[in-house]
Amino acid sequence: MTSPSSSTGTAHGVAVSFQEMHRWYGPVHALDGLSIDIAPGEMIALLGPSGCGKTTALRALGGLDEVDAGRILVDGRDMTHVPANKRNMGIVFQAYSLFPNMTARDNVAYGLRLRGIGSAARRKTADEMLDLVGLGQQASRYPHQMSGGQQQRVALARALAIQPSVLLLDEPLSALDAKVRRQLREEIRRLQIMVGITTLFVTHDQEEALAMGDRVGVMSAGRLEQIAAPAELYDRPRTRFVAEFVGLTNRIDGTADGGVVRILGTVVPLLEGSAQSGQVKALVRPENVRLARAQDDGTARVAAVSFLGSLCRAQVTLPDDTLVVAQMSAAEASDLAPGTTVTVGVVPAPVFAVAD
Amino acid sequence: MTAPQGTSLGAAAPGGGALLSQPRPRGRGRRRRPGQLVARAIVLVVVLGYLVLPLFAMVEFSTRGDYGTRSLGSYEAILSYPNLIDGIVTSLEIAVLTVLGMLILLVPTMVWTVVRVPRMRRVVEFLCLLPLAIPAIVIVVGIGPIYQWMGQHLGAVGASPLTLALIDIILVLPYAYRAIDASLRSIDTATLADAARSLGAGWPRTILQVIVPNIRGGILSASVLAIALVLGEYTISSLLAFNTLQVVIYLLGKRDPFVSVAVSFAALVFAFVLLFVISRFAPGAVHRGQQTIEEPAA
Repeated sequence: MTSPSSSTGTAHGVAVSFQEMHRWYGPVHALDGLSIDIAPGEMIALLGPSGCGKTTALRALGGLDEVDAGRILVDGRDMTHVPANKRNMGIVFQAYSLFPNMTARDNVAYGLRLRGIGSAARRKTADEMLDLVGLGQQASRYPHQMSGGQQQRVALARALAIQPSVLLLDEPLSALDAKVRRQLREEIRRLQIMVGITTLFVTHDQEEALAMGDRVGVMSAGRLEQIAAPAELYDRPRTRFVAEFVGLTNRIDGTADGGVVRILGTVVPLLEGSAQSGQVKALVRPENVRLARAQDDGTARVAAVSFLGSLCRAQVTLPDDTLVVAQMSAAEASDLAPGTTVTVGVVPAPVFAVAD
Repeated sequence: MTAPQGTSLGAAAPGGGALLSQPRPRGRGRRRRPGQLVARAIVLVVVLGYLVLPLFAMVEFSTRGDYGTRSLGSYEAILSYPNLIDGIVTSLEIAVLTVLGMLILLVPTMVWTVVRVPRMRRVVEFLCLLPLAIPAIVIVVGIGPIYQWMGQHLGAVGASPLTLALIDIILVLPYAYRAIDASLRSIDTATLADAARSLGAGWPRTILQVIVPNIRGGILSASVLAIALVLGEYTISSLLAFNTLQVVIYLLGKRDPFVSVAVSFAALVFAFVLLFVISRFAPGAVHRGQQTIEEPAA
């Protein structure tokens, strides 16, 4: 097997920098001072709800949308006002974007044709790229003869064939069913690491973002709330939005004082940015909630148990009618059933708390 | 280069083709009751009669010979009328200019509107449909002074009947807009344009190499409609005193009605042949991005 980097020529990615970018659509401030530094070869996943500005940021980097203020640097070069067709960036779109009048091979070769590459070399490179995404046998098929997953693979091959400086993925998996999506995201990540290309990946799917990104940036209302490695983002959210948006959280009453909060009888350290005193709602992950089967003196009652394969989630009603979700292994949940009386505690892992 | 070890993507290749050949399930709706069939047959006969009877009458009239015989003399006489040949050539030239002008004006405008300023789509649509609401006489009265000026100041070019293409481009806009708009709506124009630009194509290449091939059906339909309209246009040509095919046919009808009807019939046959050729050889709506196969097993 030939190394993909020898074909794509992008063994070393380039640095990308968003500097104080602003974009208005009428009264809507789609990008509100967005600044991100992406290291060479790094994959950044931008995560956020619809309308948070993540796709606007990606399109601005690709040259498909203008920015009203701020700068975009790629490998130290100011690309802010360079037209899309001069940026040399590969983009895979959310919608199927293969040219319907061209075969898979012609689609992949189109960017090379625009660069004046001879037909034999074009064909060779296109076939190599199709092999890379596992579709070497589909080269003569038209888009309407391929499944959605295959079309997105061809789109990925087409984006990589031009040896782009940066790869932009605009929710490329969202139109696919769950099984294909999971498979393809692993393939994309594998190829990205193999090629070593700097990549910006936009998604509203938390699982996708946490699974694929070297770092994950969470956006809200045009601003970057936090950017960090997936584990840090999950375990140490810095803002209320991140704490509530990423992963499941329980909102449990507590009393904060001096950098700690007392919840369900346990004293737990508070994360930076939390409310520091008074009555608070502590945002506790389900896996940090502990249940113990009790006899008659239990303080809570199991409302429902959901089986998730190797894991189980139990919904528990506290005496004050607060609903708490606890996550545990299937073995631990074996003696839990709706109506079971339990005591509820939390692991003393740092939590984020918001004023009640 | 081959697929990396361990990938399961290669296994996805076979299978899709088999699904393509599966017959479509036929539902109950395919069965027709006898009453429906009779009603359809009656409608078909009435419509065909409405369309065919005039043609039959034209053939019958234009092939009348002396003493109740049949003759193709009227058709043979077409070539002996120089004005008629000139009118045919002029109308064909106007048709070509109109098609070219309409496409050059409309296709980039519509693509640009869809991709860059979608909020202007309604405005463009309104402007393109406007000629439907303006009577020909109003257009002539309004545009007459401009033609007068062109005739006086632009010499032979300004006085040429080919300048009628300028008006005909406006007249065909409503029909051409509808045909091209339907094609543009059948593809994801904005995403295709974005994809082409990200791969390095400028706007001209994006339109010519990516968008136009995928709206070819709409462009051909618009062109056929434009040709049909130009070949049938009489009012404006007559009022502006240009000798196009329809004007010459009208004048000829006063002198030799048999040849006049023969020319009209020949023009209709020409239009039918043109439509047939285009519908036969134009690409159908087969590559329209719809997903036709299921995801293969992983």
